[in-house]
Amino acid sequence: MTDTSRVSYALVLWGMVLRDLRVLRRNFAPFVTRTVMNPLLFVFVFTYVFPRIGQSFQSGPVGVSYATIVVPGLVAVGMVFTGISAVALPLSIELGGTREIEDRVLAPVPVPLVAIEKLLVGAVQGVIGGLVVFPLVYLVPATPVAVHVASWPLLFAVVTLAGLTAGSLGLALGTIVRPAQIGLMFAVVVVPITFLGCVYYPWALLHPIPWLQTLVLINPLVYMSEGLRAALTPDLPHMHPAVFLGALTLATTILGAIGVRAFVRRTLS
Amino acid sequence: MPDSAALVIRGLTKSYPGPPPVDALRGIDLEVRPGEIFALLGPNGAGKTTTVGVSTTRVSPTSGTVRVQGFDVARDPAAVKRRIGVVTQYNTLDRACTVRENLYYHCRYFGFSGAEARRRADELLVQFRLADRAEGMTVTLSGGLAQRVQVARAIAHRPGMLFLDEPTAGLDPQSRLALWELVGALRAEGITVLLTTHYMEEADRLSDRVAIIDHGKVLVTGTPAELKRGIGAETVMEIHVAKAGEELRAVLAGLPSVRDVQVLPTGVRVLAQSREGLLPRLVEAALPFGLRDVAVHEPTLETVFIQLTGRELRD
Repeated sequence: MTDTSRVSYALVLWGMVLRDLRVLRRNFAPFVTRTVMNPLLFVFVFTYVFPRIGQSFQSGPVGVSYATIVVPGLVAVGMVFTGISAVALPLSIELGGTREIEDRVLAPVPVPLVAIEKLLVGAVQGVIGGLVVFPLVYLVPATPVAVHVASWPLLFAVVTLAGLTAGSLGLALGTIVRPAQIGLMFAVVVVPITFLGCVYYPWALLHPIPWLQTLVLINPLVYMSEGLRAALTPDLPHMHPAVFLGALTLATTILGAIGVRAFVRRTLS
Repeated sequence: MPDSAALVIRGLTKSYPGPPPVDALRGIDLEVRPGEIFALLGPNGAGKTTTVGVSTTRVSPTSGTVRVQGFDVARDPAAVKRRIGVVTQYNTLDRACTVRENLYYHCRYFGFSGAEARRRADELLVQFRLADRAEGMTVTLSGGLAQRVQVARAIAHRPGMLFLDEPTAGLDPQSRLALWELVGALRAEGITVLLTTHYMEEADRLSDRVAIIDHGKVLVTGTPAELKRGIGAETVMEIHVAKAGEELRAVLAGLPSVRDVQVLPTGVRVLAQSREGLLPRLVEAALPFGLRDVAVHEPTLETVFIQLTGRELRD
């Protein structure tokens, strides 16, 4: 029997995107607050207060302010954190607690597409999170911040892939972590990812600690930080673009596949 | 021709590997006709929700087939989903959205344009008497209201078939009556309804036909009247005594027109063909056992279930 009333999948998914954007608009103030608190206080203490009280530390070449070094990393953290708070948290609750997701699982599209819609909207929210953080980390520091974009296509590619990585990380965590484990997830996943994500120091400078320099390579945030470093502060040491672009593509693929499979497993039995 | 039916279930089984392994369905066969209200009646754990799960594409069958309006749930889930509305046991309303948005976005998920979805949402808000709650968030709704929104949302995309899984579980009596009225009204729209319930009264009041299901199998199917007639008893008398047991059962079973006597923890249940002159004789016979109370009623679907399984529905 052929189905004469088939609805375009794109149209259905667009409906879900509109719903997610509506919810984002409604919750924009808490969204921004959650996203900016950590980077704002970080730049305030380390790049505004520290220089003024005569404290400082250096994690890059001489003559480059610490504020410049942390800009790309903090934007990357903003993206990852948004991916987790805007995708993983609500999804974990919708799947494990309220089952609100049922209505979308019952929409006339294959269920994996519902998960992919979440990933894509998460990517968009991740980019918005990065854009919200950028002016803060650029404007707050007391020391000069030297940012210049050498290659706009590279910046575009990095931001796109970093957004997708953030969205797929959010999807994977949201489908795997049960609501009761959310607190634990922050301790076990979010905090280590952030501190060991080459946010506060370029990856190349980890050279004196070879085991750590190798170990952090499993952290997708490393490639987001390094990619943004290459795009925004190209004079600082950074990985080769082929490395971070390839790694971000791989991370999106792996995390996306894990997330989609877990989503299907959680919604169908 | 099977596909003139709204829903056809053939040899459906579902096993969960566990541990412990569970055979939730052990060979279900059902046909639901277009436009009828069909009830799956059975105790908790009978397999009602799993049957609905498979029929609504959310549970994959271990073996057997389910077709909704001719479309196979396993082979073409999107086509099936297009044709069904589902109200699950839980409140699955979108808590981040208002009542109106729940209806509006649901329509968008089914390919409606913005203007169509707005019009349909407005229409449903009026039809389901939700207009004054339209802009409220769904978390603020009472159980009865939330259920009403869920039904409105389930039929928003004009499905031919509606699944209601335990629609009145946990509702107060007044909300239950309101929901029954609402489901009855759907009949006028020509929607086929399959509902599951463990309230025999709900199945009796609402449905054209009932399938009684237990341990993953359909025990019997028919109209409520047919099923009750099938017992072969016109009246049911429950006699509560101080000393219940086999002795009383044997005494009563010997009385004329008594079809069956079942031992209860506090007495016996007597199924009789006619109540003509029977009550005084039962009372007389039960007096030596410390008679405490007698209740007489017509057979119900509960009686049918007990007759079939030897257990009460709400064990």
